[in-house]
Amino acid sequence: MPSVAHDETTAIGSVLSGPVESRDFPEWFREQQWDAWKQFASLPSPTRKDQAWRFANVGLLNLTPFKVGGTLPDMQRNAILEQSRGLDKVAARLIFAGDQLIERDVVSDQLKKRGVIFQPLERAMVEHRELFQKYFMSQPATLGSAKFAALHQALVSSGTFLYVPRGVEIELPIEIFHWLNGENASVFPHLLLVTDELAKVTVIEHFRSLDPQASGFACGVNDLIAGPGAKVTYICAQNWGTNVVALQMNSTIVDHDASAMSLNLHLGGKYSRFESLSRLIGEGGRSDLLAISVANGAQEFDARTLQDHVSPHTASDLLYKNALDHRARCTFGGLIRVEPHAHFTDAYQKVRNLLLSDDSEANSMPGLEILADNVRCTHGATSGQIDKDELFYLRTRGIPVPVAQRLIVTGFLNEVIQRLDHAAIADHLNRLIDEKFAKEY
Amino acid sequence: MKTETKAVDINRSIGDFAYPEVHVRDAGAGLSEKTIHYISDVKEDPDWVREFRLRGLKTFLEKPLPTHWASKDLEAIDFDKIRYYLSPGTTAKRSWDEVPEDIKRTFERLGIPEQERKFLAGVEAQFDSEAVYSNIKKAVGEQGVIFVGSTEGLKNHPEIFRKWFGKVIPIGDNKFSALNSAVFSGGSFIYVPPGVKVKHPLQAYFRINAENFGQFERTLIIADEGSEVTYMEGCTAPKFNTTTLHSAVVELIALKGAKIQYITVQNWSSNVFNLVTKRGLAHEDAEIKWIDCNIGSRLTMKYPGVIMKGRKARGEVLSIALANDGQHQDTGAKMIHAADETTSNIISKSISIGKGRATYRGLVHVPKHLKNCKNNTECDALLINSTSRTDTYPAITVRGTGNAVQHEASVSQVSAEQIFYMQQRGLTKAQAMSLSVNGFVNDLVRQFPMEYSVELKRLIELEMEGSVG
Repeated sequence: MPSVAHDETTAIGSVLSGPVESRDFPEWFREQQWDAWKQFASLPSPTRKDQAWRFANVGLLNLTPFKVGGTLPDMQRNAILEQSRGLDKVAARLIFAGDQLIERDVVSDQLKKRGVIFQPLERAMVEHRELFQKYFMSQPATLGSAKFAALHQALVSSGTFLYVPRGVEIELPIEIFHWLNGENASVFPHLLLVTDELAKVTVIEHFRSLDPQASGFACGVNDLIAGPGAKVTYICAQNWGTNVVALQMNSTIVDHDASAMSLNLHLGGKYSRFESLSRLIGEGGRSDLLAISVANGAQEFDARTLQDHVSPHTASDLLYKNALDHRARCTFGGLIRVEPHAHFTDAYQKVRNLLLSDDSEANSMPGLEILADNVRCTHGATSGQIDKDELFYLRTRGIPVPVAQRLIVTGFLNEVIQRLDHAAIADHLNRLIDEKFAKEY
Repeated sequence: MKTETKAVDINRSIGDFAYPEVHVRDAGAGLSEKTIHYISDVKEDPDWVREFRLRGLKTFLEKPLPTHWASKDLEAIDFDKIRYYLSPGTTAKRSWDEVPEDIKRTFERLGIPEQERKFLAGVEAQFDSEAVYSNIKKAVGEQGVIFVGSTEGLKNHPEIFRKWFGKVIPIGDNKFSALNSAVFSGGSFIYVPPGVKVKHPLQAYFRINAENFGQFERTLIIADEGSEVTYMEGCTAPKFNTTTLHSAVVELIALKGAKIQYITVQNWSSNVFNLVTKRGLAHEDAEIKWIDCNIGSRLTMKYPGVIMKGRKARGEVLSIALANDGQHQDTGAKMIHAADETTSNIISKSISIGKGRATYRGLVHVPKHLKNCKNNTECDALLINSTSRTDTYPAITVRGTGNAVQHEASVSQVSAEQIFYMQQRGLTKAQAMSLSVNGFVNDLVRQFPMEYSVELKRLIELEMEGSVG
């Protein structure tokens, strides 16, 4: 297992003091970072009055305490390596701690020979500049976080670049870990995934904190490109510590006859916002957007989505489920947009909230903008609680109330996981959910 | 349907006429404190109303246009060019004979048949900003029902009027409710005493008849304990060359066990900005039902709401919107649950024809610690042409474990099979389409009072003319 040498660690600075000069980036990228920084500085901070931030607790977005850089003592490094357990069988693996690559299992020689590129972002921008420039943050952040996307671009220091060439199918999932380490630490994770025609790949990203109580800030961007006929599956298992503020902006481009599926499991964080843009640009494209949030304590999850149908004959299907306990809040703001001439679109959107306590709050804003005809679009949002009859039935079978409740909630969430149709990943996600419940009940 | 067809506007000439303007009083164009004082002087407002108007003006000037979420088209309104008050100088009339001849002609053109006039409980017709004709059927008056213009209401019944006026929709609710608070004139004031069930719907027709003149009526309806009332409001307006603004405020108060049904058929000509705030307050066991049809106007922004303040209160909004070329129907509903066991229902159907755009915007709020609140929302949109547009933007907040909320929306076309079947039976494509559209709205329309459902179906048929071929 080749281990990666210690990176030169940068001096600790504030998130708000701009791009870090000492990094070994090409000049053009450095310039882009400064441009992004200027953009970040000039864009206004979001307020609740912005439609894209309606219901969000924007007061939690104070970035002053957060720092960039820092060292990674061996003890913590070993702890992280030891705890980076995800799936049993993977095709390749990267582990980042504080945006430093600390371990790397590369793809097999066979895949390498067929042209698969799997390397850290900073190498890809030099060795595969053309691909990198074409796709790196090529979609503007339109779901409200333009300011934070700019911050990400200004401060991103590493990440994953994965290119799957024409016709190559990678059977086993590729696994990436991102760790937050230390009080007030920050990370800017990035995944740039490009698939060529008829390629197939599954990527799972784990987001974790070494100290579950430490406060921290995560601001990630993913560019997922599904080439013609390609099949891309992306899973995010977000399990940050309870005092982390996290923003994640994902954009997916689905070319003709391609299919993209994403599942975002959100368990951790104090305030966690995830924006998912899915652009269907070619006929026959299909996009599945799945998400689960298990919210308790004073957690807040804020999901914003856009299913953007640009081309005719495309399909998208969104299913988001939230289970809320204690004083938790969940917000869903989603839009299906069918652009002019994108006729024969099938687009669905379903949000279901399960409220488990009197102080939990669910806000749903499912939206439709239809500018074409011959479309089939529906959306639905429901908010309810555990069915008393179901609970009663389980109790008559001798199952105590807390266990029965947990069973019902897990069953409610399981519908989403089953859509993945991937047993190993489903097991892993179910285990994470169970661990969260075990902690709380 | 696949073929891009040009939607043809209905023959507007039916409503496209104007009579010579005879305005005795005119506040001139533009809005300033002077305008407010002018209106207050002319209307001989009590001091508290003048004060209220001035606060409205201040709030209106302070508030920005809500273009961060609403249509940018609002910027096309030139508030300096609008005349905020004019009155034909006539006082409210009691009998038909006293109504000026040209206004009678207006009603003729609106198609209110003689028999229907007699049948109606009372016609409170607003011609420009002042109620010029007000006839309450004897029977209603004997029951103790007050049905007068708002100006008359605040003068003759201040004890009831002042208690509720501006309470459901405060001045600062939005920019346009503030504008209305500043310059309101006209509209109805209705008070139904306890236990009285008004048999016939009370009815008012509104028209705009002076170019560039905004109409700012203010309606206040109070149904006392256990009473029932239905109010109908219908609008048509002659076509003007420049933009016209209509910005009404309607407040309903249903006390314990009362029922109010408020029906609107809006058919302003397609240059009118129709920016209306409508809200009802339902006390214990009370029911407020808004039936809202929007067919005309350039831009309508209207979200009738119900605040369910008392236990077991019920709110309902049934709405139909039809957007043709150059029109944007931005309508919806607001349901605020503020007590246990309150239930609300929203059913919205919209049809977009040609380049028309129909938007549903909704708000459902169930705060915490309420038990057994239920909301059901259904929005269905029908797209007729490939250039038609529809949007849905609901916002639903639910807290706690005792409540159930469900929202559903769908967008569809008239199915090709349906059309084919009807064509095969000898109907033209246009007829088939018209029939399908009527079928789409039929279950809603059936809930309307007879005369309105007939009128509505006719209006839909007119709008559909030439949209397919």
